[in-house]
Amino acid sequence: MNAAYTLPDERGHFGEYGGRYVPETLMQAILELEEEYRKAQADEGFQEELQALLKDYVGRETPLYFAENLTKYTGGAKIYLKREDLNHTGAHKINNSLGQALLALRMGKRKVVAETGAGQHGVATATACALLNLECIIFMGEEDIKRQQLNVFRMELLGAKVVGVNSGSATLKDAVNEALRYWVTNVEDTHYILGSVMGPHPFPMIVRDFQSVIGNETKEQYHEKEGKLPDAVVACIGGGSNSMGMFYPFIKDESVRMIGVEAAGLGTDTEKHAASLTKGTPGVLHGALMYLLQDEHGQIQEAHSISAGLDYPGVGPEHSYLKDSGRAEYESITDDEALDALKLLCKMEGIIPALESSHAVAYALKLAPQMNKEEGLVVCLSGRGDKDVETVRARLGGNGE
Amino acid sequence: MNRIEKVFQNLHQHNEKAFVPYIMAGDGSLETLAEKITFLEKAGATAIEIGIPFSDPVADGPVIQQAGIRALEAGTTLRSVLAKVAEIRPIVHIPLIFMTYMNPIMAYGIGNFISEASKSGIDGLILPDVPLEEEEMIAPIADRAGIEIIRLVTLTSPLERISAIASKGKGFLYAVTVNGITGARKEFKDELGRHLEKVKDVSPIPVLAGFGISEPEHVKEMNQHCDGVIVGSKIIELFQSGELAKIEELIASSKIEEIKL
Repeated sequence: MNAAYTLPDERGHFGEYGGRYVPETLMQAILELEEEYRKAQADEGFQEELQALLKDYVGRETPLYFAENLTKYTGGAKIYLKREDLNHTGAHKINNSLGQALLALRMGKRKVVAETGAGQHGVATATACALLNLECIIFMGEEDIKRQQLNVFRMELLGAKVVGVNSGSATLKDAVNEALRYWVTNVEDTHYILGSVMGPHPFPMIVRDFQSVIGNETKEQYHEKEGKLPDAVVACIGGGSNSMGMFYPFIKDESVRMIGVEAAGLGTDTEKHAASLTKGTPGVLHGALMYLLQDEHGQIQEAHSISAGLDYPGVGPEHSYLKDSGRAEYESITDDEALDALKLLCKMEGIIPALESSHAVAYALKLAPQMNKEEGLVVCLSGRGDKDVETVRARLGGNGE
Repeated sequence: MNRIEKVFQNLHQHNEKAFVPYIMAGDGSLETLAEKITFLEKAGATAIEIGIPFSDPVADGPVIQQAGIRALEAGTTLRSVLAKVAEIRPIVHIPLIFMTYMNPIMAYGIGNFISEASKSGIDGLILPDVPLEEEEMIAPIADRAGIEIIRLVTLTSPLERISAIASKGKGFLYAVTVNGITGARKEFKDELGRHLEKVKDVSPIPVLAGFGISEPEHVKEMNQHCDGVIVGSKIIELFQSGELAKIEELIASSKIEEIKL
């Protein structure tokens, strides 16, 4: 990997990964989206509008917080937390939703469809649509609706229509299927705000770019505090948007280890996990070639994770490429380890992290002691845990232990 | 000459329209596939589309999704369908066309799949999630094996793109008649007839209309503007409910010449 990293190529490929594996009905829409996005990138007015919203509406920049107690506890590298949990709506998802909602407006589309897993992307998209006066419909797996009741209500309060999806495992994968079907049917007046670095080109690129604000700020803030680059950045991966946003600005800084943390669920040696990069094989799903959890016949398998946001049997094409190229490392953390990390962060730092982000925290707890005290790592704390309190309470039996 | 080209040449000579039914392999067990295919051939089908089930069929509506789930639950795999088709091929004369998604083929191995499909007597292949931009990984291999890639054009494809897609094709062009997924519709957009005629104008190969067609009236209406129809969800439903006479009626509706005033 070097300074020449310019992926994706003009056909939307990251090496062999990515591409545009979509029904012909959608081709015109994604070609138009790409064209409009390139124009928006070059348009100072668009960039200023987005920056202003990120600052005054989302509350950026988010702090880079030195977790001193946690650092002392683990006794190794300095642990910093990039506080995406402090964004308006409680997670990094809003960075992308706002950007894409502005793109929808540019394209003259006043209707928006989106999928959601944990509900964070759904809430962020419903929020952006409320702000910009767009009609919003969100597809969400029935299983996730059960796990994330409050987020469903939040979306409805914000004026979105939430549609339950019963097919397949009734989780994020099936919500994406239904959102794509809806988009095929309503493509002429509707924009699809995809929530992660997946799907057909140009989505993996657009979502990465809008999320890169995470890594860009981190780089600057870390330099202010430590006068150098961090030695490692750690982020959780479902589809891979917060991690890609953290990694992308560091790709060319080869001294920075980039570590993505997948959900190992009950363990990667069981069938109940969501570790697509660790255990999967390349294939085509939801418009892109990427690592997938699939059986020998190419049927997609159900993913499992305690966190609804990581419960997806694929991972974005750029991560797939970064894995093969060796530039990024990918690890996995079980449900139990994530829960332990969540409890620890609550008690040590007074921060309740999302279950998704707890996976990154859990891996940082393993990594920090292996590094020396002069080194530093940054964990992307992608979201806050308020939405997960009920799940955690049920799992811990209500006594917090 | 590929069976698909031959059969269309024949239709053209007799001024007839094509009717291509779709069935899901393994729906109601793979053992019923031969029976369904021979029934459809006898009823007058021009060619048959055989669906291979995939867990996440984004281009399909509820009827084909459900048929796919039934087929997967019955243990249907690409491998078992290939073996079954090889067994059936000697007793069927019309073209057989696979319709599936890219992932089961990738998992099987693209080269292996094409070579075995060709040996099994498959004449064409429809991949709804592989647009022109991505077909390079499979189209040349299929072409060398004599399997025709049937390409789709839609209401949202600009005319230049339709023309580019049509010029690549050999068998027939699949003109999608709705914005949306497969499944019966009550009515179609008013401008559909004009759209189909524009497609026909730029296409050097026959144009068949598909998606949403479910009634003899639809068949007759579409046939005024193109070279035939593809019917999927309705055929699956009629097999499910055992209404075989209605399938015959639907296919027969494509044979009746419109009386022109």
